[in-house]
Amino acid sequence: MKHRPLYLSALIHAGLSLACAAVLYPVLWVVKLSLSPTEALSLSVNPFPETVTLDHFRTVLLASDSAGRWLFGRQLLASVAVSGATTLVGLSLAVTAAYALSRYRFPGKEGGMQVLLLTQMFPATLMTVPLYSLLEKLHLLGSLGGLVLVYSTASLPFCVWMLKGYFDTVPRELEEAAVMDGASPGQVFWKVVLPLARPALAVTALFSFMTAWNEFILAATLLDDQASFTLPVALQRFVGEYKTEWGKFAAGALIVSAPVMGLFYALQKHLVGGLTAGGVKG
Amino acid sequence: MNAARTGALALLLVAGAAAAAPPLRLWHAYRGAEEAALEQAVKRFTEESGTQVELLALPYDAFASKLASAIPHGVGPDVFLYAHEKLRSFREKGLLARADSRLVAADYLPNALPALQLDGATWGYPLSLKCLALYYDRDRVPSPPATTDEWLLQLEQLSRPEDGQFGLAYEAGDFYFHAPFLFGFGGTLFDGAGHARFTGKPMEDSLAFVLGLHRRGYLPEEASGALVKSLFNAQRVAMVISGPWFAGEISPEMNWGIAPLPSVSSTGLPLAPFLGVEAAFVSSRTQQAEGAQSLAHFLSVGDGAYLRATAGKQVPADTASHRTDAVKRDVFISRFKDAALHAVPMPHDLELQKMWEPMKLALRGLLQGGTTPEAAGALADRRYRALHRPAPPDAPVMPWLWGAAVLGLAAAGWAFSTRSREPFRKRYPEAWRGLAYVAPAAVGVVVLILVPFSVGIGLSLFHHEPSGAYRFVGLSNFTDILQSRGYAITEPLSFYFTLFVTVAWAAINVVLHVGIGLLLALVLKDPLLRLRGLYRVLLILPWAIPNYITALMWKGLFHRQFGAINALLVAVGVEPVSWFTRFSTAFAANVVTNTWLGFPFMMVVSLGALQSIPQDLYEAAEVDGASKWVQFRRITLPLLRPALLPSVILGSVWTFNMFNIIYLVSGGEPGGATDILVSEAYRWAFQRNEQYGFAAAYSVLIFAVLWLYTTATKRLTATEAA
Repeated sequence: MKHRPLYLSALIHAGLSLACAAVLYPVLWVVKLSLSPTEALSLSVNPFPETVTLDHFRTVLLASDSAGRWLFGRQLLASVAVSGATTLVGLSLAVTAAYALSRYRFPGKEGGMQVLLLTQMFPATLMTVPLYSLLEKLHLLGSLGGLVLVYSTASLPFCVWMLKGYFDTVPRELEEAAVMDGASPGQVFWKVVLPLARPALAVTALFSFMTAWNEFILAATLLDDQASFTLPVALQRFVGEYKTEWGKFAAGALIVSAPVMGLFYALQKHLVGGLTAGGVKG
Repeated sequence: MNAARTGALALLLVAGAAAAAPPLRLWHAYRGAEEAALEQAVKRFTEESGTQVELLALPYDAFASKLASAIPHGVGPDVFLYAHEKLRSFREKGLLARADSRLVAADYLPNALPALQLDGATWGYPLSLKCLALYYDRDRVPSPPATTDEWLLQLEQLSRPEDGQFGLAYEAGDFYFHAPFLFGFGGTLFDGAGHARFTGKPMEDSLAFVLGLHRRGYLPEEASGALVKSLFNAQRVAMVISGPWFAGEISPEMNWGIAPLPSVSSTGLPLAPFLGVEAAFVSSRTQQAEGAQSLAHFLSVGDGAYLRATAGKQVPADTASHRTDAVKRDVFISRFKDAALHAVPMPHDLELQKMWEPMKLALRGLLQGGTTPEAAGALADRRYRALHRPAPPDAPVMPWLWGAAVLGLAAAGWAFSTRSREPFRKRYPEAWRGLAYVAPAAVGVVVLILVPFSVGIGLSLFHHEPSGAYRFVGLSNFTDILQSRGYAITEPLSFYFTLFVTVAWAAINVVLHVGIGLLLALVLKDPLLRLRGLYRVLLILPWAIPNYITALMWKGLFHRQFGAINALLVAVGVEPVSWFTRFSTAFAANVVTNTWLGFPFMMVVSLGALQSIPQDLYEAAEVDGASKWVQFRRITLPLLRPALLPSVILGSVWTFNMFNIIYLVSGGEPGGATDILVSEAYRWAFQRNEQYGFAAAYSVLIFAVLWLYTTATKRLTATEAA
């Protein structure tokens, strides 16, 4: 690869820095809110805190209930379990379905794809009540498993569409070559197709994780134990009928977003890296 | 010996029965000191009665809907704590049991119990009282005003709007805060026939008074609860109208006092606030009625009330605790008790529920749009009439059933006649493998998405009665919406206007999200770029942080007087903009916020999609001497399409239904003009007397519009590809 001229490099970095500044400015306000002792909105333009206290972070992190259970720890565990399981379940359902939709012909295929899309078009606010009755009939109320099922199906339409779109771009010749070499359909799928789809898998994994990680209405409605609430439910508790504890909410929001950043950092090397680059030569 | 044995056996049985009884379940949304006090009170109850209690603290935003879902299924709480304003709704949904003979009227302050009475019975045990009073900064207001004339004199001296100093701050755009003025000028909520009333002299006088406060610069603009608190703590406002919850928000350095609101000099009437009564309600489906009633009663009187007052700083509704020394000495509680005695219990009448939105419109129009008091009242009256259409008539069910049967037969016949003559196995050689791969996902989607979804669609043919029953009305919900009954097509409330706004909203957002996201992805995919990991992680921050808080930060940035964006405009010599008073600027504020929130997702998707393009194509193009732009046009864009198209289609569908941002940033301002279809549906379902059927009809129309859109895009892409 050629080297860019210096001025172009400088221009790119200047542009990116500007974009980062625009992204960071409102975030700095959240940080300021989380560190300021008064929980008050600042009335100036300066996004840096004048006085710093870690009280809000302490309150959020050390929360415990009357029985002395360390709520934050349990809720973090519940959140990680629910989001992790949602990612796993959602992804495995989506990968198989998307592969079949991309490679095989079967009745109802086109219709199925359309139905998946249609499900995204009906506003979710009106679906909570029937969903509740349904989970009650299935004896899945109050269990993290029920929540995982709901979240994984909710993320399915995007995951299936995204993965199918990506599988369509993976050349069939590669699979045919593997079959010629004596690979079974299962092996073709595991050893050839999935590794090639890594960028799309990373995107869908992040998406499924986020679907579960930030949701609070369904979690609060379907779960019945403080200790198994997910973190967004605990976070939403700072928003009261008359007032909102902004400092604690901000501290909680930052804590909640940290694992997402970590996950993204871990996944980004799969997003880029040019795995397919050598795949289609020939 | 024998007797002793029988006795021991009986004891064992009793102990066994006591152990077997599940603990009472108590649900609430309290926080902080109130929650701690409640926990103490419950502990005391367990010590005295031996009954275990399991507490569940819920987010306020999810509390009411959870109660309405859980109790009818028999999995709800035995006792729950809530404000009385929802009494009628709870009662009509059949969630409540009557308070039993434990409840003695003389135990409570006189206006607490009427708030909990409906249909000749009392439905809960009153816990605490909440109403508005005047907080003042003692350093600057030596004695609180007794009359509005005194008040105006003080405010004149205290306000210097050009320096950001104000005499008074309160959430002036909210009817809850305006009601004291209405009552003070001799107004009533309802007319003789029991209908909400927005016109007449008292209403106009009260609006004119508030407009005067605003015009003379005594009030800050666009005051939200958070802003009021910040201004008071920064000593930039001397008086605040707020309720008991505000005390906990005042910084410890402040020297403050509380007084009842002054009385109106011209009428001699006090500015009487609404009274809210928080109560312990017993669930209609409790299995342990005796225990539940005794827990609810225990919390409302005696030790329960005392603990909530002393440890939780609540204003207890029972009389006995107000006679104890500790509570009497507490100036805060006794002042609020005095204020509560003059307060008007908030009616749980449905008519009041219908007043909030029209009054909000009137107050915002008055304070921001330069509407006169008379016009503001008329505006509210018009909105009220438009929102509360008469219930549609019943429709016969039989023709619908016949129609459905005929349609079903026709569809089956069509499917049979178009069946391919080709044998199934030959036509779909791999059908079974394909179906087996799809089956698990399909089952999940059918059960958890399609079933609730069909219920939602069915709902659109019904009318949800205030009593909670559903009545079959056929297509009248749809005809009402599509004929735009009650308002002109060009008004913000009409379906067509909202549709236009929604389409513009979705189109502009998607173009910006994809444009910015793709641009950044193209720059950031370069493996030679330094710091690219850092850039990438920083740039997805808006997606990672819960948007509830970032959206409100943005709303703060757009504030007329204190927002950073106006400060920036002033710094470069532009007039500050009042963002939420005009459609164009309010819409722009929503778009900016949503673009900030939405581009990272498209960036991540684009980064992934770019990997589907083989690198050697670029190398070949490079060899042929194609410029970067030509490479982008001829290689990147066409090859990106299959991987990016699903995200673009889904992205536009999601933006079309992006409810949060509209709700949190512009809130539909001005006058509902920036509402999109889904936020309109939400208002019909949850803010306008639970017109679920109407909201479902809105949702079906949203669905239809999006279905047309995706079919069109599919056609378009299919023809282009061909």
